[in-house]
Amino acid sequence: MSDEPPGLDMVVTSTDQLIAQLAGNLAPVRRLRSPARRALLWLGLCIALGIALVLRFAHPALFMPRFAVPRIALETIGTALTAITATLAAFELSVPDGSPRWIWLPAPSLLLWLAASGLGCLQNGFSLGGPGGLIGDSGGCFGFILVFSVPLGAGLFWLLRRARPIDPLPVAALGTLAVAATAAFVLQFFHGFDVTVIDLAFHLAAVGLIVLAGTVLRRPLLDAA
Amino acid sequence: MANPPTALEQDRAWALLMVAAQAGDGVAYDRLLRGVTPFIRALARRHCRNPSDLEELVQDTLLTLHRVRHTYDPGRPFSPWLAAIASRRSIDGLRRRLRLARYEVADATAHETFVDAAANNDVEQLRSAEEVGDLLRLLPARQRQALEALKLKEMSLAEASVASGQSVGALKVNSHRALKALRALFQERNER
Repeated sequence: MSDEPPGLDMVVTSTDQLIAQLAGNLAPVRRLRSPARRALLWLGLCIALGIALVLRFAHPALFMPRFAVPRIALETIGTALTAITATLAAFELSVPDGSPRWIWLPAPSLLLWLAASGLGCLQNGFSLGGPGGLIGDSGGCFGFILVFSVPLGAGLFWLLRRARPIDPLPVAALGTLAVAATAAFVLQFFHGFDVTVIDLAFHLAAVGLIVLAGTVLRRPLLDAA
Repeated sequence: MANPPTALEQDRAWALLMVAAQAGDGVAYDRLLRGVTPFIRALARRHCRNPSDLEELVQDTLLTLHRVRHTYDPGRPFSPWLAAIASRRSIDGLRRRLRLARYEVADATAHETFVDAAANNDVEQLRSAEEVGDLLRLLPARQRQALEALKLKEMSLAEASVASGQSVGALKVNSHRALKALRALFQERNER
C-alpha cells in the first residue's frame, strides 16, 4: 500500500483543493508501534546476535581477565550504554513529537566510554603501538567496527525509516552512533590487548566514519518526509 | 450559544478524527484537515509574514502530516504532534528562504527571446523535445521528477509534492539543482 495518493488530474492551487484531494484519496495506514517498543525490539535482536557471536567465536580466556580490570569494565559498560541510549533516542526522535532533549540521552555514557578509553591511553603512558607494532591489530579493530556496523545499520535504518522522520539529521546521527557503539561493545570480547593511542584513534575513526556516512546519506536512507 | 471548545476538548476531538483517518475515513480526515488549518496557519505566521509563503508553508505542513499520519499515537495528545510538524516545516522554509536570498537573484529576462538567434539563451538552441528528453534522462531521478512536474507539466508545488512524494522544500531544491545541471549539460553540448 502506498502512502502517497495517486497523481492528480486537476491543478491544485488552494489549500481547500489540497485538503479535498488528500481526503478524497485517503488510504488506511497501519499505526506505528511506540518508539520505546520498537527500540526494545531492536535491542533484543542485537543482544541475541551479540550472544550468538560471543558464544560461537569469543574465547573467555581472552576477555574474562580483561573485564576484571575496572577501567576496561567501565569502558565496556560505556559502549553498551551508549548503544542502548542512542538506539532509544533515535527511535524517539524518529516520530514528530519526540522531545529534542532525547538527543542528550547518550551523552553521559559516550563520555564514560571516551573517558575510560582515554584513561587507558594515559595508564599505558601514551604508548603509540600495541603488541604488533605501531598499528598492530588496530586495523582489525577498524575493520571489525565498519564491517559489523554496516549490516547492523541497514537493519536499524530499515526500522527507523518506517517513521519517515521529519528531521532526519539527529535520527541518522544517533542511529549510526548506536550501531557503531554496538560494534565497539562486541569488539570488547575479541580485543586481545589494552587500548593504545593508535588503537583508540582507529576506534574513533571507525565510529566517526559510520556516523558521517549515515548523516550524509540520511535523506534517502531514512526516507525523510 | 454554546461555548467554544477548550484546548483540551479540541485536542481530543482532533485525536478522534485522526484515529478515524488512520483507519481510512476520508470524511473524518477532511474535517480534521479543515479544522487544523487555522491552527497551522497561526503557528506558521510566527515564522513567516509573506501571504504566499505562508500558504505554501501551510500546504507543506498538511502534506507532511499526510505522509507521517501513521506515526500519530492516540495515547499521546494530538496538538503537540501537529505543532512539531508545523514547526519543523517552518524552520525548513525559513532556511530555504534565507538560502535563496543569499545565493540567488531573480532574473526577469531569463525567459526572454530575441530576434537574433545568437542572443537567445540555451533553451532555444534545442532542436526538439527528444533532445530535452535525452538531457533529462541524464539527471538524477528526484531532480528529473521535480523538473518534469514543476516546469514541464506545470503543476503547482503542492500538486507536485502529492504526486512525487517529495516535500515542497525538496522539490524546490531539486528543481533548482536540475536546472543548474541542465545548464551545464547544454554548455557541454554546445562546446562539442
